[in-house]
Amino acid sequence: MEKRVVFRSSWLPWALIAPQVVVITLFFFWPAAQALVQSLQQSDAFGTSVEWVGFENFVNLWNDATYLASFYTTAVFSVSVAVVGLTLSLLLAVFADRVVKGALAYRTLLIWPYAVAPAVAGVLWLFMFAPSVGVVSYTLRKLGFEWNHLLNGNHAMTLVVMAAVWKQISYNFLFFLAGLQSIPKSLIEAAAIDGARPWRRFWTIVFPMLSPTTFFLLVINIVYAFFDTFAIIDSATQGGPGKDTVILVYKVYYDGFKAMDLGGSAAQSVILMVIVVALTVIQFRFVEKKVNY
Amino acid sequence: MASISLKNVVKRYGNGKSVNQVIHGLSAEIGDGEFVVVVGPSGCGKSTLLRMVAGLEEISEGQIIIGNRVVNDLEPSERDIAMVFQNYALYPHMSVFDNMAYGLKIAKVPAAEIRARVDKAAAILQLGQFLERKPRQLSGGQRQRVAMGRAIVRQPQVFLFDEPLSNLDAKLRAHTRLEIQKLHRELGITSLFVTHDQVEAMTLAQRMIVMNDGVMEQFGTPEEVYARPATTFVATFIGSPPMNLLKNAPGADAGTIVGIRPEHLDITADGWALVVDAIETLGAERLVYGRWAHGSGDELMTIRCEENVPVPTLGSTIHVTPRADRLHYFDAATGKRK
Repeated sequence: MEKRVVFRSSWLPWALIAPQVVVITLFFFWPAAQALVQSLQQSDAFGTSVEWVGFENFVNLWNDATYLASFYTTAVFSVSVAVVGLTLSLLLAVFADRVVKGALAYRTLLIWPYAVAPAVAGVLWLFMFAPSVGVVSYTLRKLGFEWNHLLNGNHAMTLVVMAAVWKQISYNFLFFLAGLQSIPKSLIEAAAIDGARPWRRFWTIVFPMLSPTTFFLLVINIVYAFFDTFAIIDSATQGGPGKDTVILVYKVYYDGFKAMDLGGSAAQSVILMVIVVALTVIQFRFVEKKVNY
Repeated sequence: MASISLKNVVKRYGNGKSVNQVIHGLSAEIGDGEFVVVVGPSGCGKSTLLRMVAGLEEISEGQIIIGNRVVNDLEPSERDIAMVFQNYALYPHMSVFDNMAYGLKIAKVPAAEIRARVDKAAAILQLGQFLERKPRQLSGGQRQRVAMGRAIVRQPQVFLFDEPLSNLDAKLRAHTRLEIQKLHRELGITSLFVTHDQVEAMTLAQRMIVMNDGVMEQFGTPEEVYARPATTFVATFIGSPPMNLLKNAPGADAGTIVGIRPEHLDITADGWALVVDAIETLGAERLVYGRWAHGSGDELMTIRCEENVPVPTLGSTIHVTPRADRLHYFDAATGKRK
């Protein structure tokens, strides 16, 4: 049985969590409540007239082809970020796990990108891939590949996916490495004695044992791709060309602050909020039941 | 089935200046179907030796031959061995059945035969009702049996055991010891069993290798090792309480250590005069710790008494006589038996 410590005093526990509660209220509950209220209102661009419209904002979204298109864009973007990001970081973690000499330097270098701000990451990749001056686009042109993310939607999507993956790889890498290192060596040795070659050992022993980590990272990466990549999109493509890289969170910003449709933007953020809650619930359900062995 | 021969096996880690040699040219011949226990204190290289036989550690020098094949450069899977690990190393995400069947599936044994072999092993080890369970749903003893089952179904030429009993409680350990003996009688597979526990070594071994600091101190039957320890290390490591070693025994030449086991000292009317320092009562017997003050310094001695021997009082002086035919003589410089 878990032993629980019980507070005698009735006010002390509240006092202890008060600072955290204040921060959350100020920066989460209050804005969230504001968004909820605003999503039911329609106001003009200057905020001078406000009108209650019920669920009209949501109905409008449902009928808005660009909003549904943005869902599709987000799906492509987040699935690409999660799959590419997890695959690459697992690969790197497997290699890092085997490195004996200079392991610390190798790991530190892999963790570095995490310290870079998303906007900076976006700009870095933008520079490298800039159609007119970027080193990578220059090289690609030499190789006969015409790279132009300003005109080609697929190129633009590839660019933001690369930037987003690069930014997140360190985080995934750390968790995968920790997961790999917590697998007892004797399990791998037992499998080796049982005749399993490295490739088979990985898929039948290592990968299943990493499944809780993988699932956790999958959810984290999807949430990351949904929400935290705003700065990358904004600095690299601003949603362009056309609307080809407008993911949901970017559309919230665009519709609210560029198009000044505050009610519609608030309705979108409410929908995003519901998606996060759903993802979190799924994660807890799964991590505690299915994926645990 | 197969014999194992170790020919001048050396293990060293590192290279250049920071070489750390942990096994110093060990040679031994283990017969076909024999049960050999490797025993020694922790850090003596016994597990490393076993892992070299398994193929989990490279052999720095010398040869290991299983059957009639030199296995130095063979992968663990090609050596036709099975190993039981100290922590059992069961695959936690697989059922008991899948744990035991894993190696057979890799070897592409037909499904029906896998079923038959696993069922047979499960019957021997009384695991039949647990086949669908996951390892975490089993007790320590059951997990240990699954680990043995996984080794048995492979029908290997050699079993390797790496301290498989050290995670069990004392009662279960004694029981499992008997089970392992029985299993070996039934299957007759050459076995190499590593332990730091001398009781385990004495009870299980047909022959035992006593190791210390990467060197084989003695290789013989438990009786030989007990009755004629080859070195002072073996004399004190095997047997509990350890053999008394007297550096300045009367009548012995200088440079000779005299050894006498606690059970071969009798309390008599006259003889060596000891002051009683402490007494431990163990039920069927009693250990008396005495100090013998003579010309060249004190010698500490342990005497093991049957329960019918009258209890000496603490601080009193008693007299003991060693049984003459049970005295051991060692060279003080080399520690070797004379």
